[in-house]
Amino acid sequence: MSMFGFRISPSSTIDLDKVDRNRFKKLCALEPDASKCMACGSCSATCSASEFSGMSVRKVLLCLQQGREKEAYAMMSSCMLCGKCLMVCPRGINTRHLILSISRIYGKEESI
Amino acid sequence: MNEIVVIIGGGIAGLEAARQLLALGHSPIVIEKSDHLGGHVADWHKLFPDMKPAKDIVDELVSSSKDANIFLHTEISFINRLKDRYNIMLSNGISITSRYILFTTGFRLFDAAKKEEYGYGVYNQVITNQDLEKWFNTSKDSRIDNSAMKAVGFVHCVGSRDEKARNTQCSKVCCITAIKQAIELKEKFPDAEIYCFYMDLRLFGKKFEDFYIKAQRDCGIHFIRGRVSEVSENIDGKVIVKAEDTLAGRPMKVTLDLLVLMSGMVCNPDSTRVAGMMSLPIDSDGFLRSTDNVSRNTVSPKNGIFYAGACTGPKTVPETLAEARSAVLEIHNSIISRR
Repeated sequence: MSMFGFRISPSSTIDLDKVDRNRFKKLCALEPDASKCMACGSCSATCSASEFSGMSVRKVLLCLQQGREKEAYAMMSSCMLCGKCLMVCPRGINTRHLILSISRIYGKEESI
Repeated sequence: MNEIVVIIGGGIAGLEAARQLLALGHSPIVIEKSDHLGGHVADWHKLFPDMKPAKDIVDELVSSSKDANIFLHTEISFINRLKDRYNIMLSNGISITSRYILFTTGFRLFDAAKKEEYGYGVYNQVITNQDLEKWFNTSKDSRIDNSAMKAVGFVHCVGSRDEKARNTQCSKVCCITAIKQAIELKEKFPDAEIYCFYMDLRLFGKKFEDFYIKAQRDCGIHFIRGRVSEVSENIDGKVIVKAEDTLAGRPMKVTLDLLVLMSGMVCNPDSTRVAGMMSLPIDSDGFLRSTDNVSRNTVSPKNGIFYAGACTGPKTVPETLAEARSAVLEIHNSIISRR
């Protein structure tokens, strides 16, 4: 079949019925501000790693809420913990602390 | 000093105006079409941002305006312009002569069934903001099943900011109402996942943003930026909602036990009907047109005719009450200047 260039594209739909929210709930218990993000993008705009790696705290939070944990974890691996995002967040989210908590909760899971 | 002022509409704007006119020594006559006073607010359960019971506000207004002449079940049959006053004929056969008419005719809720893709009136699990608020008051609605409330969605901007629905205006209060109702539902059903589908969140008022943060942080309500594109029903009688998560740039679907449509405000057809009797102009948004939308909101282009509340556009309860007072002051000043 490959000689014709046909293939089946995986669905890009986010199915909210299938999202496992257990780890995100654990994160919110530890970091209640994790759900306060309003997706303004200040963190991504100021991020030193963003232009090279696509790292964005707002996207990490969005991915985690939608169960796209692998994507979130891959993005976070380029974070240098400089803390600039913490300074610009208008909602006062302690992003640096949040990122460390994410690694603690999600890093343990081998399945990610 | 005593002057008759005819107030068309016995909602909160009409009652507040009647109360203020009485305090200034005038004689307000309130004409109300329905069988009760308080208008839409009388159907509401609690008011943002402090969750004050709507009933308290209505009861307060009704008791403080009880000395006004109030006609329920009454409509305006016709209005004639006399030399310097108006002759108002009521549906109950009474005619009133007055120099002053105050429109407090309010708004009408957009008919959600017109947005067919959302399935109001088609699927049993789809209700409106008003239906939900009535359910909070009465606990009676066959469409709401207390035992099966695992996932609930709110659709913002139903019939608002929608050129195709012929309402380009923002209805202003639905964002905060959706958040208020989402928090109330979460308190009733702590295990339910609650989703708000929005285009923008317009939280302009006092403490509205605090409400939003509370919904996110303390109630875990999910805010999804994207307009619901279609609603369908599955074999279990639940509704499947499709939207795009525009922050992720990906399509999204979710199965819900209840979907609440935030119907917006449109001009009450009764106000345009009565306005037509006096050739009062209608603004481009379909609401009554004031002399000036910045500085003379409560003044119509015709002598002796004034506006207050949502007849000139979507407004919150405190804005409506403030406008009623402002209109009364305009009327009072006009009465004084005649002497």
